[in-house]
Amino acid sequence: MSAPSQDNALRSAIYWRALIYSVLIVIAVIYLAPLFVMVVTSLKSLDEIRSGNMMSLPIEVTFEPWIQAWSSACLGLECSGIKGFFWNSIKMVVPAVAISAVLGAFNGYVLTKWRFRGHNIIFGMMLFACFIPFQIVLLPMSQVLGFLGLANTTSGLVLVHVVYGLGFTTLFFRNYYEAFPNELIRAAIMDGAGFFTIFKRVLLPSSGPILVVSVIWQFTNIWNDFIFGASFASGDSAPITVALNNLVNSSTGVKEYNVHMAAAITAALPTLLVYVVAGRYFVRGLMAGSVKG
Amino acid sequence: MTATITIKKLVGIMALGSALGLGSVAGQAGEVEVLHWWTSGGEAKALGELKSTLESQGVSWKDMPVAGGGGSSAMTVLRSRVMSGQAPTAVQMMGFDILDWGQEGVVANLNGVAAEEGWDAVVPAALQKFAKYDGQWIAAPVNIHSTNWVWGNKALLSKLNIAVPESWNDFIEAMEKVKAAGFVALAHGGQAWQDATVFDGVVMATGGVDFYRKALIELDQEALTSDTMRQVFDRMRQLRGLVDDNFPGRDWNLASAMVINGDAAFQMMGDWAKGEFLNAGKVPGTDFVCFRTPGSQGAVVFNTDQFAMFEVDAERQDAQLKMASAVLSPEFQVAFNTVKGSVPVRTDISDEAFDACGKKAMADLREAVTKDTLVGSMAHGHAAPAAVKSALYDVVTAHFNGTMSSDEAVTQLAASIQNAF
Amino acid sequence: MKQLVDQAPAVSRADKGSDRAIGWLQEQLPKLVLAPSFAVIVLFVYGFILWTVYLSFSASRMLPNYSWAGLTQWDRLWNTLTWQIALDNLAVFSVLYIVLCLVIGLTLAILLDQKIRVEGGLRTLYLYPMALSFIVTGTAWKWFLNPGLGLERSMREWGFDDFTFDWLINPDMAIYTVVIAGVWQASGFVMAMFLAGLRGIDNEILKAAQIDGAPAWKIYTRIIIPQLGPVFMSAFVVLLHLAIKSFDLVIALTGGGPGNATELPATFMYSYSFTRNQIGVGAASAVFMLMTIAAIIVPYLYSELKGGRK
Repeated sequence: MSAPSQDNALRSAIYWRALIYSVLIVIAVIYLAPLFVMVVTSLKSLDEIRSGNMMSLPIEVTFEPWIQAWSSACLGLECSGIKGFFWNSIKMVVPAVAISAVLGAFNGYVLTKWRFRGHNIIFGMMLFACFIPFQIVLLPMSQVLGFLGLANTTSGLVLVHVVYGLGFTTLFFRNYYEAFPNELIRAAIMDGAGFFTIFKRVLLPSSGPILVVSVIWQFTNIWNDFIFGASFASGDSAPITVALNNLVNSSTGVKEYNVHMAAAITAALPTLLVYVVAGRYFVRGLMAGSVKG
Repeated sequence: MTATITIKKLVGIMALGSALGLGSVAGQAGEVEVLHWWTSGGEAKALGELKSTLESQGVSWKDMPVAGGGGSSAMTVLRSRVMSGQAPTAVQMMGFDILDWGQEGVVANLNGVAAEEGWDAVVPAALQKFAKYDGQWIAAPVNIHSTNWVWGNKALLSKLNIAVPESWNDFIEAMEKVKAAGFVALAHGGQAWQDATVFDGVVMATGGVDFYRKALIELDQEALTSDTMRQVFDRMRQLRGLVDDNFPGRDWNLASAMVINGDAAFQMMGDWAKGEFLNAGKVPGTDFVCFRTPGSQGAVVFNTDQFAMFEVDAERQDAQLKMASAVLSPEFQVAFNTVKGSVPVRTDISDEAFDACGKKAMADLREAVTKDTLVGSMAHGHAAPAAVKSALYDVVTAHFNGTMSSDEAVTQLAASIQNAF
Repeated sequence: MKQLVDQAPAVSRADKGSDRAIGWLQEQLPKLVLAPSFAVIVLFVYGFILWTVYLSFSASRMLPNYSWAGLTQWDRLWNTLTWQIALDNLAVFSVLYIVLCLVIGLTLAILLDQKIRVEGGLRTLYLYPMALSFIVTGTAWKWFLNPGLGLERSMREWGFDDFTFDWLINPDMAIYTVVIAGVWQASGFVMAMFLAGLRGIDNEILKAAQIDGAPAWKIYTRIIIPQLGPVFMSAFVVLLHLAIKSFDLVIALTGGGPGNATELPATFMYSYSFTRNQIGVGAASAVFMLMTIAAIIVPYLYSELKGGRK
């Protein structure tokens, strides 16, 4: 290769890199815009919001809206902010995610390593369950929860979320364990290990990535759910999305946008945190088998 | 984990798992559980009055606010509660919805309290129609709102030299003037129920009480397809030309704020809008004016918030009756309605505590009761059942937001109301 | 049970009956583990679907009512103008939403795969919208798209006097704002799927192609993208289910407006079942949606599960 052409190649490579970086950064800025608007609004006073540009930085930063949203904003007749509801959501989401992930793992294990006749039909039926619109199950679900004596309880809400999350977690684990070498299982059976022992010693140690995918997926869905929360929990046991909706959709009075935005960001923090902390494992987990066709 | 898990056990595990298995304990004696959508501002404050009244009588208040969609989210929750066999004590509700629930046979009987306190004598008959089912009181009415009102910014009107319009044509002329001066003529929020609220007033102003009854209450096909109805849609189109471009999706209180701040001259809205003006420290007669939709003076298109009472266990009934009685008490009626912008449901309450607009509203109501010109609002579920109401919403809002001709709108209206039965 | 299984070999031979029982249990154990999940799905999904199907032929209005009404509710559904609008909108929305998400997701994934330095940070930025519900971001989006408050006003204040962006208030264009917000939310997730797919491709083939001097774009179009077929399929299914279930999105952004320009089947079903006291019509619309979903998903599942997996 002659020097000039090398120069040219180098130069065009640099141009390419610059182009790629600028495209990526422009898109990132666009993606951040809504969050940016929310954050700056939550730090402005009401007067500044009314008179200013919503994209502009706050002239005077105030944390008052955050304090109000957390502990003194009125939702209905109670004026103690959204903090109580935040814990309601935690109480609901932790057991629901744990149970659906455990059940999904066992289901995936059975459907790949202990197959029996009709396993595909059963899996297909479980998978199709992911696609039902939730609005149709509200009424029959109310009746069933009433019958079980779980209406308006956190446990009832956990049950609902576990049921409608099972299809997803089963799918994730099944596709993941599908790729897991059967020889290891056979070897373990030769050693006289039983059903649960094999799961514990052979599959579980390498289930990290897919566990992360399941947990992120379930956590996000359950934490953000509104329709079930509004229908099956109420008053003091309402999850945070219901409380947030009560705050933002107030029918009268001055709309305190800064408080609303602060409350909205607070409500979104746990899921954001999960994504930021576990984001890299998420892609890894997807790679590890759940995107297989 | 055992291999022979049963559903029951699973539920047990879940209950353990959910930290404390925080089931809500069944309501203790002396507790009312209230489902409502008054989650903020003056309404919540006024409801707080009721709460403290009840607490002073030893009844604890379990608040169950569900905001959104003008109460539609609350209705979803209510259905799910009733189907799971756990109805709340009292539910904020309107119009035909109450009767529909009455028909399902899941409501309480308030006849004892009603007889004791003489509700039949003081509550207007037109309103009783929605609080009683089959001769049985099933709801405690809280207020009487009216939708055929217009609110105007007085300073802006004086500045432009505009008098309070008496007739529809005056009204349009006045708004054209405002528009020419560079202000927003009509502050409006583009949501289906707001479009329909304006429609209420226009029907009344265009066709009068008899036409209103025929078309919107009796759903008479001839009236629905008449030339008068066509004219109503022509007028709606006129109004569409007088709102600003950014109206879609705007909340009604933000539209009120436009009038309050002097950006807009008028708003056609029910008298809950007055609550916004009062909240902003404005005084009726000096800062803002209230007048009936031009051409509808003498008639009152009403809607009323009520607490429908549901069937509850014997030990909760006492608290329920106490609540019903407190809602109808003159003290609460005055305290609540002066804040809310509405008028009391009892005709035996003095208007002393009310402002100029409130006094006018009470006088208008008395007149309407004697002249029999008090009719239920279509937009707010007091003229026809929910299915019909929503069918009307569809057409009115599609016409107002689109390019539908009046002829087409009339045809659509008649057809979709027919389809809703 | 666990102890029993583990101790099985240690159980004395004398006790034949229990031994056989244990053997049977050993054999049935996997099915027993799967049983509760399957039972729950059968009841809570398929049982409820059947119940809904029945309701669509019943006279239900306010609450479920089990008297038979034949095709009345279905007639009503197809005579409803809003339902037609909702179906048209779903077609427009789902096609645009799925195509845009796939294109943007793939583009971002390919760009991020060029050994970018801040990959982790950028990836999180593209992915974060998936973490938020529209109950949270709805207000911000509403502002952003509102000509009087948001982007249009900001641009004008910055000196672009003719900048116009009023789709939100234009009945013909409002559905596209719903698409924009939807794509913003889901495209990052699709990117993650494609990125995972790209990382899973065998490097040897690529190296060989590079040594042959094939230009980069050719390597992508000829070698890499064809290998991403399964990812496309998975992404398509995920997106389709998100598109059909889109509910919060519309409620938060437009409430179905202006007029009823942005009604979707999911919002239609909700409003008929819960605010219009027409549970029968709501059930009929739900059944129709389920049939649509089944028509697309069942063949896919069948080919996936029958043909074995790659």
